[in-house]
Amino acid sequence: MPMRDIRLLTQMFIPGTLIGPFTQANPGLGGVCTFVGEVRFDDGVEALELTHYEPLTLPGMHELADRAFGRFDLMGLLMVHRVGQMRPGEPIVCVSAAALHRRDAIDAVDFCMDHLKSAAWFWKREKRAGQWHWIEPREQDHSDLARWQA
Amino acid sequence: MIRVVYLGKLADVAGKSESQFASSSGDLDWPDILALLDSHVAEGLAEAVRDQRVKVALNGEVLADKTFLVAKDGDEIALLPPVSGG
Repeated sequence: MPMRDIRLLTQMFIPGTLIGPFTQANPGLGGVCTFVGEVRFDDGVEALELTHYEPLTLPGMHELADRAFGRFDLMGLLMVHRVGQMRPGEPIVCVSAAALHRRDAIDAVDFCMDHLKSAAWFWKREKRAGQWHWIEPREQDHSDLARWQA
Repeated sequence: MIRVVYLGKLADVAGKSESQFASSSGDLDWPDILALLDSHVAEGLAEAVRDQRVKVALNGEVLADKTFLVAKDGDEIALLPPVSGG
C-alpha cells in the first residue's frame, strides 16, 4: 500500500514535523521532494484567511492524490493544507512525494501544487489596513493547469 | 429544511454564511432558489449567483448545470464562486 497522508489543518503547523516521519515511512525510497508554501510578506498584508467547504475540499484533495498516484510512479504522498487565518511567514501548504526516481517525486509535487493553487476548493481573502479583500482567480492559474493537459 | 451555504465573497453579498429555507411546498428548483435569495437574503445575491463562473453543489456533488438543480427537504446546496488563485 502506498503511503498517503492528506490533511486539512486549522492550526499552525511546522512542516519539518511532518516531513521527517513521512520520509521515515517510505523505506527504500530513491528520492523525496518537498514543497512548502508560506504566506508572502506582500505590501501591507496583515493576514490571509482561507475558507473551505467541508464536503468538497478534502475529498477534492483525495481525488488529486489519486490522479498523482495514477500519473506518477510514487511510493508515498503527503499533502497538507491550512485553512483559517494565517499571518505572513506562516506555512500554508506542504506537499511531499517519495519515489524510486527523482523525476516522479519532483513532477508529482509540481502537479499537486498547480492543482491545489488553481483548482482546489479554497477561497482566500487578505487583510490590508484592517480591511478584508477577496482574492480573485488569476490568468496564470489557467496556464499552470494547462501544463498538465498535454 | 433546505440549507444553502454561501462560500467566498458570496457570503459577503449574502451577509451571512448560510440560510435555511422551509420547503413545505415541496421541492425547490433553480428559479425558486434565485427568487428566495433575492427576497429573503439579500438583494443582488441572485444576480451574483447567476454568474456563469459560480458553481453549485448539491449534497457535496458539483452540478454540471446548476439550472437543473432540484432540492428537496434535508438537502444542502453550496454556492461556489471561482476559487482564488495563487
